Order: sequence, then structure tokens, then C-alpha cells
Amino acid sequence: MYTSLANRRSFIKKMAMLSAMTAAATMFPGILFAEEQEEGLPKNADLDWKKAPCRFCGVGCGVLIGVENGKAVAVKGDPKSSVNKGLCCVKGYHSVIAMYGKDRLTKPLVKKNGQYVETSMKEALDLIASKMKETIKDHGKDAVSIYGSGQWTIPDGYVASKFFKGCIGTNNVEANARLCMATAVTGFLTSFGLDEPMGCYEDIDYADVFVLWGNNMAEMHPVLFSRLLDQRLKRGVKIIDFATRTTRTSMAADKSILFLPQTDLAVANAICYEIIKNGWVNRSFVERHCNFSKGLTNMGYGLKDNYKFKDKPEKIDFNAYKDFLEDYTPEKVEKISGVSVKDIKYMAAYYGDPNKKVMSFWCMGPNQHTRGTWMNNLIYNIHLLTGKISAPGNSPFSLTGQPSACGTVREVGTLTHKLPHGVVMNKKDREFAAKIWNVPVENIDPKPTYHTVEMFRALDRGDIRFMWIQVTNPMVTMPKLKRYRDGAKKEGRFIVVSDIYPTPTTDIADVILPSAMWIEREGMYGNSERRTQYFEQMVNPPGEAMSDTWQLIEVAKRMGYEKQFHYKEETHIEEIYNEYRKHHVGKKHNMAPLEVLKSQPGVLWPYVDGKSTKWRFNAKYDPACTNGKDFHFYGKSDGRAIIWQRPYEPAAESPDTEYPYWLCTGRVVEHWHTGSMTRRIPVLHKAMPHAYVEVNPEDAKRMHIQTGDKVKLTTRRGEIILPASVNQRGIPAPMQVFVPFFDENMLINEITLDSFCPISKEPDYKKCAVKVEKV
Amino acid sequence: MPIKSYLAHSHKGKKAELVNALSTIGQCEVMPAENKDVVIVVTDTEDQIEEEILKKKLDTLESLKFLAMVSGFNAPQND
Ligand code: SF4
Repeated sequence: MYTSLANRRSFIKKMAMLSAMTAAATMFPGILFAEEQEEGLPKNADLDWKKAPCRFCGVGCGVLIGVENGKAVAVKGDPKSSVNKGLCCVKGYHSVIAMYGKDRLTKPLVKKNGQYVETSMKEALDLIASKMKETIKDHGKDAVSIYGSGQWTIPDGYVASKFFKGCIGTNNVEANARLCMATAVTGFLTSFGLDEPMGCYEDIDYADVFVLWGNNMAEMHPVLFSRLLDQRLKRGVKIIDFATRTTRTSMAADKSILFLPQTDLAVANAICYEIIKNGWVNRSFVERHCNFSKGLTNMGYGLKDNYKFKDKPEKIDFNAYKDFLEDYTPEKVEKISGVSVKDIKYMAAYYGDPNKKVMSFWCMGPNQHTRGTWMNNLIYNIHLLTGKISAPGNSPFSLTGQPSACGTVREVGTLTHKLPHGVVMNKKDREFAAKIWNVPVENIDPKPTYHTVEMFRALDRGDIRFMWIQVTNPMVTMPKLKRYRDGAKKEGRFIVVSDIYPTPTTDIADVILPSAMWIEREGMYGNSERRTQYFEQMVNPPGEAMSDTWQLIEVAKRMGYEKQFHYKEETHIEEIYNEYRKHHVGKKHNMAPLEVLKSQPGVLWPYVDGKSTKWRFNAKYDPACTNGKDFHFYGKSDGRAIIWQRPYEPAAESPDTEYPYWLCTGRVVEHWHTGSMTRRIPVLHKAMPHAYVEVNPEDAKRMHIQTGDKVKLTTRRGEIILPASVNQRGIPAPMQVFVPFFDENMLINEITLDSFCPISKEPDYKKCAVKVEKV
Repeated sequence: MPIKSYLAHSHKGKKAELVNALSTIGQCEVMPAENKDVVIVVTDTEDQIEEEILKKKLDTLESLKFLAMVSGFNAPQND
């Protein structure tokens, strides 16, 4: 179709205008522009608009993609999506540009004599299959592994799990969600016996108070945060930011409360102490629906290879729990946490007030935490004690970072111990999966192998020889990076990387496969609120790029698993999804049929009798409740949720005289995780071109550091030099520094610590000790 | 041929002044918000040099508190 240059320019100008209006709407909820001007914006132009979930974060906004002449040229928020109601953040709005970077990988590359040589896809896939066979023959099935991601689509993760666990028979399947959401999973499992939030985003429209636990929502979940701000404008709700650093979220909140790193454990217990002391316990709820338990303490931090831990839960009673909390009076906790008695009581009073509906949000703060599972348990404790759970507006809500951390990693179960339904350790679950997968049940190994950190340690040691990495960038994100990079490069290791751009991870590859990205193929993602969203293929992938799903199928077939991977190329996504649904049949997790997913901007599971379940465990909304009571926590055999006794314990590494500061790492609104996509979007790259170290203004003054000055950070793992940022975007508390991790040229993970939560095995990227010097 | 959009924040009570000032600049298209001190500005320039000159000009406007870029497109020379 011919478009004149003048038309095209005016079209782009209108798009630029729309982009600014969308950004304004995110920053200033309720902002109005004259109606006739809004009407002047292009409605359809010559574009074909198709729906998809956003490529980036776990909020899972519904977007409409404008396709013109085979190219995706525009994005707008989908007004029909209940997630974002037409809004979009800067990343989402510019997402399609990420598909068209100049250095997109379009041909398979094979390393020969230290050089990458272009080859055909057929040859590359042949080589991968033969290397896998050879490795299994020489070193056994547990010498091959796959490391995927929360950006895998549901079919990607499903075929990976079926191929490795069902066919090859190794549990060496992990995904980067281990680095961000594993703690949320163990939190849910220990407290409720089932993963994923009981509520949904609609809770935002009913809650009176929002408590954000170490969660910089304004930058990490911008569209959801704008929904909170919108509610404040409409209904005067309260937003409390409880964090270790002053961020854009703190500035927008009604109250910002700072705590010392790791002491959130103590403060959460103090809130429970106050709730009990003031008689705010919802006695009938607790008596009817809760048990009390305690677990092992002093678990260690997983710093040594082959570290093992298994909790030993023990039932206790309310009085024992109450006695335990005597150590957490607000007065005692003030001394540990730096949070005033007044502020502890302030938070407790909101949770305790029977007339206030409270929503707690958290993401990486409590999750990337050496006592992360405990921290998740403690937030649930507060909601369980007050009965503020599983009801509209009363909702402990664990947010995800990636578009399908829930949909793929947690629901498909691409973690070493998991199966799509249940766990490898359970005989019945193995039998169930083997039947659907059409493999002998003996194929599925009953023993989990390695969680992510240990998997890379095994690669370093030589226990693992072959690793296939898809749609993730571990050579930027692994903590204590140097060890794992050196390990991956050792003689006798074979690494395959499937990605869309060159990254520090493709640098360690023996074979690089070009992948089809997002709407260049068909697939589904599942977001934070149990919403599964379908997207069709809208444009062709460049060159020989192929979906991760099809890459896996091709290699599986080459290894002799044609029977299990019989799918037809034209219909394989539909066939895979239909097969996958069989694993979740039943009222507790039923997934919507594909036609339903195609017809609307996503569906919440459990999808029962043609309806989404918005509030699980609440008999009024959840058809899976069968105990005849108002609530039924059916993840536990006696139908009761658990209130856990979990103490405060210090971090793995705390500041001392040699390394006197805390180092915290994290993200920025402009960049998606390691920046491999968003740094190729010019407007985002320009807005945030490189990493920096945020220094507290008083510390900076003392050290004569100004914004832009070079600062050296040294930990026990190494050192790095970064430009300083003083009084800019975020302001760390005194004696703390913050560094974002998106910049592959300034790899902060070279110096972070690989300690992890012993229960979830998720590393703590938020705390280690560091020396700070001006250079 | 860059096309960019910005959110321009005016000093308190100076929105009308800012809109007037921006409207006199040929390369700017302006859309003020009805209920906030914010103005959307879309700039359309021939090349990088013209764009930089324009940016400097905008920075001298007294009614402007700050300018935040939202998007940048490079319009194709031909289709
Ligand atoms: S908030 Fe997340 S899902 Fe929504 S547009 Fe932004 S990046 Fe995409």
C-alpha cells in the first residue's frame, strides 16, 4: 500500500502525540485533553490492530499492535483489557521497536576455531542434537540441562519440560524465575499449599489502603501503580511505601517508611504483635481457617557448593506463637530496624482496622532475600490474623517481574522439582504426567537435581556438560558472575544460546540460534494475577529466526522422540496448549479453552463453567471450595492456611569496617531487565543510557562525590567503577548504595554475593557489604 | 527527520504563557492538558542540527519548568 511521505509524517506526528498523551495519563491519572483533539488522533489509519499481552513486565497489560505492510509499527493500550484499561507505560508503548534493532540475530552461528561462522538452521539443529546425544552417552543424562525463562511462552516451557523431564529423563530444567519468583512460590506453598495469588487486580478498585513492601511500583509496575494513584484521586485511598530506599514510589506515596536492610522480618512480626496485643485478631477466621507452625531456624545461606536444606515444620498453638512475638514489641524492633514505634503502630493500625480493606504488594524486595520465604509467610500472617484475605480489596498480592513467570515457569513448572501438575517427588504426579506425555513413567526421575545457582556451579564443576539457554541472559544476571562465566567457558562444556540479539550470554555460546520474538510467532503468557493471554503471529521473524518452541521440537525429533513431538508446524501451538490443559483439569486450576483466550484480552484461571475465578479459597467466588465453610484453603489437606512462626535473622553478609556500606541492586522504569531489548529502543536508551551508583547525599558530601564523578565499589568478589548519582532518581539511606543491573558494560553482578534463601534457593541481590570510594 | 514528543511542565500559573510561547515556534505542535500544568509538545525538524537548535530555544523559555521526552521517531525520507 502506498502512503505519501506527507501522510506518513503526519501519521507519525499523531503517534508521537498519542505516545505523550499515554505517558501523561500514566503520570497524572485523570489528566484531560480537549475531546476534539483526542478525536483527531488516528483511529485505525491504515493499520491492522491486533491484541497481545505486552512483551515486557509481569503486569501483563493488554496492548493492541498496529501492523502495516508486514511490519509492527505502533502500540497502544487495549481499552478492553481489565489489566490496564487502555494505559501503557514507556516500555510497552515502544515495545515493537525492540524487534527491529540493527544487530538482530537472523542466522545460526556456530563457533569454529574461536570464530562464529554462519550456518543453516538445519545444520545447527543437527549439531545440537548430536552434541546432546554424545554428552548423554559419555556423562549420563544428568549432564545435559536447559535454562529458560519467565519470558518463555507457555508452549516453549511446556515442550522443554516434556523433552527433558519426560523423554531424556533428567530434572535439569530450570528458569530464570528462580532468580525472581521462586520465593513467592515457596511462600505460597508453605502458607497455602498452592501457588499464585488468591486475589486479582480488581482488588485495587476495592482496597482502602495499599502497603508496598520493598516494591518500587512506580518504576517496576508503572501501569498498576497508576491505577493506585487513580484510586487515590477518586476515593482518597492511602498508599504506604515501606522500603530501604527513597524512590519515585516513596515520593508519590502518602507515607514513606524506611527500614534497615533485612529487618522487614522484624517489622512484620512487630505488626503481628500489635494486632494481637490490641485485640485486632479476627478470631473466628483464625479458629476456623488457620493452623500455626514453626520451622527450622539458623538455616545458613547456601554459600557453599552442594548446600542442602530441608525444613522440618512443627505444629504449635496460638499461645506459643504469641509468646514468640514477645521478642518483637515495637520498642524492641525499633532498635533493630530503624523504624519508629509510631510508624510500626501506624502500619499495624491499618491492618488491624476492621473497617479498612488492605492490599499488600511486594515483588523483589521480599523475594530476593536470604529469608525470603519467611518474609512472604510473614506478610500472609498479617492478612490471616486479621482475616483480610481472599475477598475483594483484602489481598496479599505477590507481583511478578516477567510476562510469563507465572504462566510458564510456575504453572507449566519449569523448575527442577516441578511437573505441570505437582512435583517429580510424588509418584501419582509422575504417573499423571507420563500418561499425558506418552512416556514410560520410569523416565521421570523422582529426584530433583539442581536449582539455578547450583546448576551453574555444576557446569563449573563439570557435572553438567551441556546447557541450552533460551530467552534469558544469565551472564548479566547471575550473582557472583565471574565464577559462572569462567565455569561456562571451561573446556568440555557445550553451550547453546537462543536469543534475538548478541548479549554477554551469546558470548559464551558454542551455538547461537536466532529466535523469533513475541508476535513473530504464536503463543501465550500468564501474568501476575493468573491471567493467561494469547497472541497470534502478526509478522514474520527475520532471516532464519525460529520460535524457541519449534527449535526444541526439531531437536527432540532428531533425538528420536518423534512420537512425543508429533505436532504439525501449522497447528503446533494449539495442539500443545490443548495437551497442556489436560494437566490442569479440575476446578482448582482449569485453563480456558483456546477459542476463549482468542476472543478476549486474557482469562483468569481457574476457569470453571465458562467463568473466571477472581477470588480463590472464598466459597462465594470459588467453585473449588467444598468444605461447607465460608473459606476453604484446599491446597492444604485439612483446608487450613498456616500462620508461620518465623524469626528475624541477619543477612548473609552485613557491612563491617572493611566494607562499611550496603549494596542493593535493581531495575529502572526505562529498561527491561538486562536491557538487551530496551537498550535497542533509541528513546529508552537515550533516556537511561548507562548504569550508575546512587549515593546518599550526606555520604556523597562527606566523600566529596558529585553526580557524574567516578566511584569505585569493592566487595569480597571484586570491584567496579561507576558514575555517581546524587539526589537524582532514587536516594538510598545513609551508608547504602544502589546500582541498577541493566547495563552489560557495567556488570554489577560481578561483585554481588550468591547467597540464597535456603527454602526457595532464590539469590539475595539486595544485600551485601561494599566499600565505596571516589576515584 | 526527527519527530519527538515531550511533556512540558510549566511553572505554576504560567501554562497559558508557555502555550503561547510554544505556539509561536514553527516546528512545535502543542496540546495543553485541560486540568494540569502540563503541555504536550511534538517537534518536527529536518535534521539533528535543527533539532538541537530548537531544543536550546525551548530551554530558554521562562515559563517552562522542565521538559521530559516521551518518544522519538525518525521519519523515513521516503516510503
Ligand atoms: S506496565 Fe509492564 S506490561 Fe504494562 S506496558 Fe509497561 S512494561 Fe508492559
